[in-house]
Amino acid sequence: MERPEEAKRPDNALVRIETRRLSALFGRNIAVKETSLFFPTNTVTAIIGPSGCGKSTFLRCLNRMHELSDGGWSTGSVLLDGADIYAAGVDPVAVRRRIGMVFQRPTPFPTMSIFDNVASGLRVGDRAYRKAEIEESVERALRQAALWDEVKDRLHTSAVAISGGQQQRLCIARAVAPRPEVLLLDEPTASLDPAGTQRIEELCHELKRQYTIVIVTHNMQQAARVSDYTAFFYMGELIEIDRTTQLFTKPAKEQTEAYLTGRFG
Amino acid sequence: MTGLVAALALLAVAPLLFIFGDLIHKGASSIDWNFFVKSPVPAGEAGGGVSNAIVGTIIIVALACVVGMPIGVGTGLFLAEFGNGRLGWSVRFIADVLNGTPSIVVGIFAWTWLVKPVGHFSALAGGAALAILMIPMLARTTEEMVRLVPNSLREAALALGYPRWRTSLTIVVRTAMGGIVTGALVAVARIAGETAPLLFTALGNLNFSTSIREPMQSLSLQIFTYATGPFEEWHRLAWAAALVLMALVLTLSLAARWATRQRYGS
Repeated sequence: MERPEEAKRPDNALVRIETRRLSALFGRNIAVKETSLFFPTNTVTAIIGPSGCGKSTFLRCLNRMHELSDGGWSTGSVLLDGADIYAAGVDPVAVRRRIGMVFQRPTPFPTMSIFDNVASGLRVGDRAYRKAEIEESVERALRQAALWDEVKDRLHTSAVAISGGQQQRLCIARAVAPRPEVLLLDEPTASLDPAGTQRIEELCHELKRQYTIVIVTHNMQQAARVSDYTAFFYMGELIEIDRTTQLFTKPAKEQTEAYLTGRFG
Repeated sequence: MTGLVAALALLAVAPLLFIFGDLIHKGASSIDWNFFVKSPVPAGEAGGGVSNAIVGTIIIVALACVVGMPIGVGTGLFLAEFGNGRLGWSVRFIADVLNGTPSIVVGIFAWTWLVKPVGHFSALAGGAALAILMIPMLARTTEEMVRLVPNSLREAALALGYPRWRTSLTIVVRTAMGGIVTGALVAVARIAGETAPLLFTALGNLNFSTSIREPMQSLSLQIFTYATGPFEEWHRLAWAAALVLMALVLTLSLAARWATRQRYGS
């Protein structure tokens, strides 16, 4: 899919992850129709659309989580740094270690402390990290998630004893600790209050300096606030993608405009 | 309406209160230090204790746990994590049938395969019979507890790059541990009091013995022998042994409640 101001992919732009004719299905039902999309490095791309349009399903294809759903399968390819993660012989577990994901509801591991939660992604990798490296990574991740100051004195207490907003930032820290290349956020602020939502939106601006972010959101205003590019999905199809400012002020497709102005939702 | 429901609840609880009341009334007076440390004396004589039965119960239950717990919990884990296909359905069905099998039938089965070929009764056979009873119980309670772990936790682990086996064994089991332990304690409480399967396997032993290849006494067998015997002395000891057994069951149940409270308190 092309962006209006770039007739073809720019040669010197780095594209961290892209899809080529990616379709996602549940059994015989097509959830996402052939979608070709690229996500430039260190940008935030928002995916918006009404409920059931396939945006979460699409996101879950990017880190091979979709195939774990009942009857989930896909065709087409997803290229991470130029290599197809769906190629034969590729280990999906290894792929998921390179891509971090944060879900709608905070899911800290309840039997682990804050420290162990953040370190859990490091402890499962192929590399064996030394104790000092792990401590360093945990601190770095918590700082990146803007949670360090709030929990640095109680790193070894239960992860479920903190507030919902803090738990979600903990999940973000946990996702970035293994230094993934791409960060996928699936409606990360859906269950948070406005204050918590705002903190996470601010985080996106910071995090994109190091990661490439794809965020699915139900909230158009949030997409407008946090993203560089926005993609609009409807009924499993990518309708339009453009720079956020462009899409929200002068959408090219009528359907996009109808959605943005609230004619359907 | 509330009154009716409350009355029914009281009616349900009443038997336990009556049982304990009766046991304490008839058995407490016979409980002294000798009761716990002495072996039975020849029939008709006074004195003696049930040390062989207490030790026997512990040994047989321990044998059952060594076999029954890993298999039972493992089966439950399998059913919860990977049991959505045909194999899972079959295993679940068989477990349910086994759960409903009368314990005396299990006892006869154990006699056929573990006593008759060998030529003598043994604590091992008793432990095996109790393990057979324990496994389907544990499988079902473990499965229930593991299923309670929200799928979102599994997904979070998988998205981090945890392989499925590691997700199950570390994240899921750790989260469900409180419930699994409770189920295990309840299962132990159940089999500690079983009599019928031990009638044909461990048989009972009037002497103190810790050899697992020989017949062994258990509290439940002791109660059975003494209560149906002709001696007044034996009846007295039977009441006391029954009280001790109930106290054991009560302690295990309380421990199960305590374990749960520790885990799920927040």
